[in-house]
Amino acid sequence: MTRKHQLSFMTHAALILLVVLLAFPVYYALVTSTLSFREAYQYPPKMLPGGEFWHNIQDAWIRARFGRLFFNSVFISLVVAAVKIVLSLLAAFAYTHFRFRGAGFLFALSMITQMLPLPVRILPTYELMADFGWINSYYALTVPFFASTTGILLFRQFFLTVPRELSDAARVDGAGPLRYFWQILVPLSRTNIAALFVIEFIFMWSQYLWPLIVTNTADMRVVQIGLKMLIASEQIAPEWNVIMAGTVIAMVPPLVVLVALRKSFAQGIAMQSEK
Amino acid sequence: MIEERFPGHPILPYLLILPSLAVIFVFLIVPFAQSVWGSFYVTSFFGDTRVFVGLSNYLDLFKSPDYLHSVAVTLFFSAFVVLVGLSASLGIALLLNQKISGLGIYQIALVWTYSISPAVAGVIWALLFAPATGLIPWLVKLVNPGYTLNWMTNGALALFVVSLAATWKMLGYNIVFFLAGLQNIPDELTDAARVDGAGPWLAFRHITFPMLSPTTTFLLFMNMLYAFFQVFGLIDIMTQGGPGNATNLLVYNLYRDAFIHLDSGRANAQSVIIFIVIAVAAMLQLRAATRKAAYAR
Repeated sequence: MTRKHQLSFMTHAALILLVVLLAFPVYYALVTSTLSFREAYQYPPKMLPGGEFWHNIQDAWIRARFGRLFFNSVFISLVVAAVKIVLSLLAAFAYTHFRFRGAGFLFALSMITQMLPLPVRILPTYELMADFGWINSYYALTVPFFASTTGILLFRQFFLTVPRELSDAARVDGAGPLRYFWQILVPLSRTNIAALFVIEFIFMWSQYLWPLIVTNTADMRVVQIGLKMLIASEQIAPEWNVIMAGTVIAMVPPLVVLVALRKSFAQGIAMQSEK
Repeated sequence: MIEERFPGHPILPYLLILPSLAVIFVFLIVPFAQSVWGSFYVTSFFGDTRVFVGLSNYLDLFKSPDYLHSVAVTLFFSAFVVLVGLSASLGIALLLNQKISGLGIYQIALVWTYSISPAVAGVIWALLFAPATGLIPWLVKLVNPGYTLNWMTNGALALFVVSLAATWKMLGYNIVFFLAGLQNIPDELTDAARVDGAGPWLAFRHITFPMLSPTTTFLLFMNMLYAFFQVFGLIDIMTQGGPGNATNLLVYNLYRDAFIHLDSGRANAQSVIIFIVIAVAAMLQLRAATRKAAYAR
């Protein structure tokens, strides 16, 4: 074996070890979700799956009303991701294709989103929801999330690389800016749209604090809070098998989105880090 | 400077940015201004009277041992998440960047953890460390039969476990960005250094790492935001700030003062303090990013 081969062998060995190490906690959670209550407490701990998976899923589904929570989480994640994409496309179009008074200042204002995460404005935002009568509604769970710094930056970066000839040609052919936007620019942005969808879907699916404070009935809760209810409902010993079944339910949708759109996601990230 | 691509539409750009700006104004800027304003007041428990108290909410916070403890916990936690998380993921990204076969498979095998939410990470690590019955306490007992590992009574251990869980959850995200950054560095640069006799470490220190700094500063900032805020679900599921106040991060303390103790003046003051920390970090990040970007060209 040449030195180069040895090196690449060691790299592979190290990477495989790391993959296994990183994935192990999730593997263990998956195994636990397939055990019976008694098996989950056996020594030595079981490392291979048992046969109770569907039973545990059913238990979790019924106990924490996961059906409803699942719908809520999917719904708000889809709505927020979609609206964020549309609003950021529009804003990025304005900032890259037009010169207008105050553009610099307004752009800086859109960038401020990142510096004002929920905790720095939590009480007044909550009070605003109360004033609007939005507590415990889908409005509260979605509308305050509609602005996206990431999205505006991502699309702005991309629009700046689109050759000027395209918009000039469109103009010569008599197409107005909006027609050019919808028929040329948006279809060209497919990859970035998919990448932003992945980011925003996962972001919204993971929300915990805001859904916790603006909802107060079981049927408006989201999956993440459902996990907490599953743990808190235990009285004596935690039923880890059922809790892990709930965890599996909470992991699947964002994972499916990420895996299905992984190519676009990787390209979008690569684009974002090309400054 | 942006070139005008569609002249003769004076109103249109404003209409295009209006929806985004309206959301930012109504749900972000105005509430934040109210946080600042409210931090100078004390509201009675029933919310019927409001008294201007100047800076006394802030002074009370800095005199409170509990709050200062929460600051210390947050410092440890975020330093852990940022330093351990970024060095580990940079190491893994460097391995991935070795022109190896099967890169795509490794990428998927490492990146998928990005989709895990902080709350889910919390549940899984709570399972691994479950006192008396979990896998890791069991392993510890095998090695050292006299010792019982229980993070629900051991504050230092609890802080370590939540830090570990939070760091683990961010690895996928960090690796994606580091790898993208590494792949943007032209091979000629590191090759030239090698030809000049620089070993891998020197080439890394003087070429790869400086060229990577826009990515690194970006990730520093994002990880800090994550460690400050997004881990709320992880803490709420794993420890609720305990045992004692051992894992009582600032964001958790803020939640308790705002929605459990209903002390709005104190909560608003905490919001403003957190904002100041982020604003300083954001400015440092921006400065580093613009300086390095000019350097990289």
